[in-house]
Amino acid sequence: MTMQVARDAGPAPAMTKTVTRLDEHIVEIISDSGEGAQRCGQAFAGIAARSGNGIWTVEIIPAEIQPPARSVAGASGNRIRLASKPVANGGDDVDLVVAFNEQVLIGRVLAGELRAGATILLEDMWRAHRDPSIAASYATTVDDLRARGFRVLEIPMETECRKLVPDPRRGKNMFVLGVLCSIYSFGLDVAREQVALTFGKKDPKVIATNVKLLEAGFEWAEAKCDFKYEIPTMAVAESQVVMTGNAALALGVLASGMEICAMYPITPATSASHYLSEIFERVGGIVHQAEDEIAACTFAIGASYAGKCAVTITSGPGFSLKQEAIGLAVMAEIPLVVVNVQRGGPSTGQPTKPEQGDLLAALFGTHGDAPKVVIATSGIEDCFYTMITARKIAETFNTVVIVLSDASLATAQQPFPRPVFSEEWLAPPVDQSAVAPGAKPYDWDATTGVFRRFIPGQPGGMHTVTGLAHDRDSHVAYDHESNEEGLRFRSLKIAALQRTLRCPAVHGEETGDLLVLGWGSTKGAIEEAVDRLRAEGRRVSSLHLRFIQPMPSGIGEIIKGFSRVMTVESNWSDPTDHPLIDADNRRYSALAMLLRSRYLVDVDCWTDVSGRPIKPASVAEALRRKLGEAPR
Amino acid sequence: MTMNVTQCLLQSGDAPREISDYQVGVPRWCNGCGDNAILTAMQRLCRDNDLAPERTVFVSGIGCSSRLPHYMNTYGFHGLHGRSLPIAEGVKMSRPDLKVFVSTGDGDCLSIGAAHWIHALRYNMDLTVLLHDNRIYGLTKKQASPTSPIGTKSNTTPKGSYLAALNPLSVTLGVANVSFVAQVVDWIPELLYEVIAAGYRHKGLSFIRIIQRCPEFMPGLFDPWMQDPQRTLLLRHPNGVVPSAELSRTYRNQVDHDPRDIDAARRIASSEDPIPVGVLYWDPDVPCYEDTRHAGALRRPEDVRRGLEAELDKFTIRPEAHG
Repeated sequence: MTMQVARDAGPAPAMTKTVTRLDEHIVEIISDSGEGAQRCGQAFAGIAARSGNGIWTVEIIPAEIQPPARSVAGASGNRIRLASKPVANGGDDVDLVVAFNEQVLIGRVLAGELRAGATILLEDMWRAHRDPSIAASYATTVDDLRARGFRVLEIPMETECRKLVPDPRRGKNMFVLGVLCSIYSFGLDVAREQVALTFGKKDPKVIATNVKLLEAGFEWAEAKCDFKYEIPTMAVAESQVVMTGNAALALGVLASGMEICAMYPITPATSASHYLSEIFERVGGIVHQAEDEIAACTFAIGASYAGKCAVTITSGPGFSLKQEAIGLAVMAEIPLVVVNVQRGGPSTGQPTKPEQGDLLAALFGTHGDAPKVVIATSGIEDCFYTMITARKIAETFNTVVIVLSDASLATAQQPFPRPVFSEEWLAPPVDQSAVAPGAKPYDWDATTGVFRRFIPGQPGGMHTVTGLAHDRDSHVAYDHESNEEGLRFRSLKIAALQRTLRCPAVHGEETGDLLVLGWGSTKGAIEEAVDRLRAEGRRVSSLHLRFIQPMPSGIGEIIKGFSRVMTVESNWSDPTDHPLIDADNRRYSALAMLLRSRYLVDVDCWTDVSGRPIKPASVAEALRRKLGEAPR
Repeated sequence: MTMNVTQCLLQSGDAPREISDYQVGVPRWCNGCGDNAILTAMQRLCRDNDLAPERTVFVSGIGCSSRLPHYMNTYGFHGLHGRSLPIAEGVKMSRPDLKVFVSTGDGDCLSIGAAHWIHALRYNMDLTVLLHDNRIYGLTKKQASPTSPIGTKSNTTPKGSYLAALNPLSVTLGVANVSFVAQVVDWIPELLYEVIAAGYRHKGLSFIRIIQRCPEFMPGLFDPWMQDPQRTLLLRHPNGVVPSAELSRTYRNQVDHDPRDIDAARRIASSEDPIPVGVLYWDPDVPCYEDTRHAGALRRPEDVRRGLEAELDKFTIRPEAHG
């Protein structure tokens, strides 16, 4: 029997192939949940990156764990943008999609994700399905897609995989990986290595079976597909790593020398804690899953108070719950790092979808005047290094540092230079030396507001920290001088930090007709849109902010060099074309609001809350529109 | 020539500490408030165990009870309403070498912090937790608390409170990993001290409910018990507390209760009158969360570097260019 199968597969007949060289391509692999499209996508991205392509991946996640099979809303998988140069966002429309059934594909087509004439590789098992309604749906869909101008290739995934494994539902994904490797001209050796890595923890037999499936897919495509693509690869001298934003956050926590992370499960932050749980204990770190978000934050505060700075990781709703505790850390001046991997809000909102909706909550969400540092990560690599910076600032200034990431960075993957460890990243050992006689627990420096806190274990430093107004001795004090002194110094520390910050570089020329400001995950899409407009001869530049509180000096000067200024963000702003909306009541996006108040400039905004990573083409269109308006 | 322990200590250069070494500030509690008795007991406990003030941390939430750390000349953390336990857990996880005490009230622990109470019992970290239970909100000026007896007239329940009082002991005794539960009253100083000392000796979370007078808002609530010693039931056992002969002359209502017996503990816990006093439950074998999690493990930069490199290896896509 086995022999016969082998003969059936036979040597691939010679076939004339058209080979197209491309600068880039966007591929999607989608299936029902649990069929392995995500794993296939990740592996494909890994192969492309190893081969020297620039990549960016976007996870396609249904909202439910087990959505009904073959449902339009149930697509699960991955988008991989592969290019001949580095890319920093998921790009615009899909060029080639592999779908395990026609229903999940319909969802992507209706969402407008496919470019006109895109290639579709579709599992053909449904054509002969015993349920006539399924067979009919499949046939109708294929006809309809062809009528709409898509190139549909039906692939006998099930049939081919059944020759190798009893349950093709597990394994089809590696067959597809083989097909894609053939189409995109990737070598089988790199692909085999990637499969070994993907199933690294499993039985060698599992790896062997999956390699066979990979090879079968490759051979099938070599024999049956009459086209191939080639995306030139880059020669990169330095060692590169490729990982998701949440993995980079977790590794950043480890590299920062923080030792305790307290968290409560919440999407999309949790995968960072999952990964940290796996690796942290090996280096003496602890991930504590607390009973709730408040406990996670107060646990971290207690840990910080008694030793090294601790971190708590959450998403929007959890961030709101932590706000009272954040106020305590601000008031008692205890270092704390809070990571908020933002998602669509308010309330439970869109847990798996990206949005930049929590910027103002990060700055102003705490009751009273609670100055704190807010840093936004703008890429995968930045997720790693930001954690090191955050820990350092929190301990130097005895302050709260809020790190804003979002769902699009959480699951996106991109290569970046492999970090080279430095001991300077780590926190110094906890000070246990005796406190000088007469020293006070809050000896605020008159110029900077900075002081050296006393840590339990330091002889002579005994005092009680409190969230109540207090004097330099940490004694509860209700007199107005003490209260004002505390408010002044807690605020002053932020100014002292601000004096050390450098203004980010302008992307493009220093002057022009339009300056676009952004923060966080939208950096890649904004800069790509700016590049496209500059290539058209438009005088557009962008400035991406990493520190949002405090903002570095120099931004105001940069703004003066442009006749139009706007932000591009992924949060709500009122559209100006609605009859009820005018200059008096328009609600601006978060960064626009901050820039308007600080620089007294008419900063406009364009925002996208589609729940998808922002696309360069949409940004470019918004910029073109803005350029069509009169200058300010 | 022999020396006793005290002489040894004296000769080693460290004079034993006095109660005054643990005192700071002037308590602002009302006259007759049970918090004063608890503070005195804690200062005595520190003195008797010669606790290094710099290695001792008193953590509290918000409420009258939670002012206690301000009057201890140790490290202190006067935290947020309801959150004393998670703060204390963080302290202990970060620094298992520190002695950590928690002062919390009936509102703080049993109402706004109830979730943390239940889970703190499960974590069973080595903390001595004092529940200052005066059965009323004091700092916010008289509102019914979870332990207010039904019918308590307060500013939020002018016609009397509507709900039966929560019994913190029976709830505590129903939680997995509970390892030490005791009850005592503020008006018997000797027992107050002995029960807290037994809790301190226990490695794990000692939950000590201290029934406490609030002369301002619940005047006379416990008068019947104070006037009739028979209405206090002393739990007596070598595994718990053995009342002195002197105390036994006044408090004759005693029962032998082995705190290793959780069923008996649960029966006793439900008694409101007489008030059971002593150690209800003790299990020295419940693992402490900080031990399970290997808190305080020595950690060197080299460990971090090695851990990081091992992880980065997994993500490296061009290893040939590395190193």
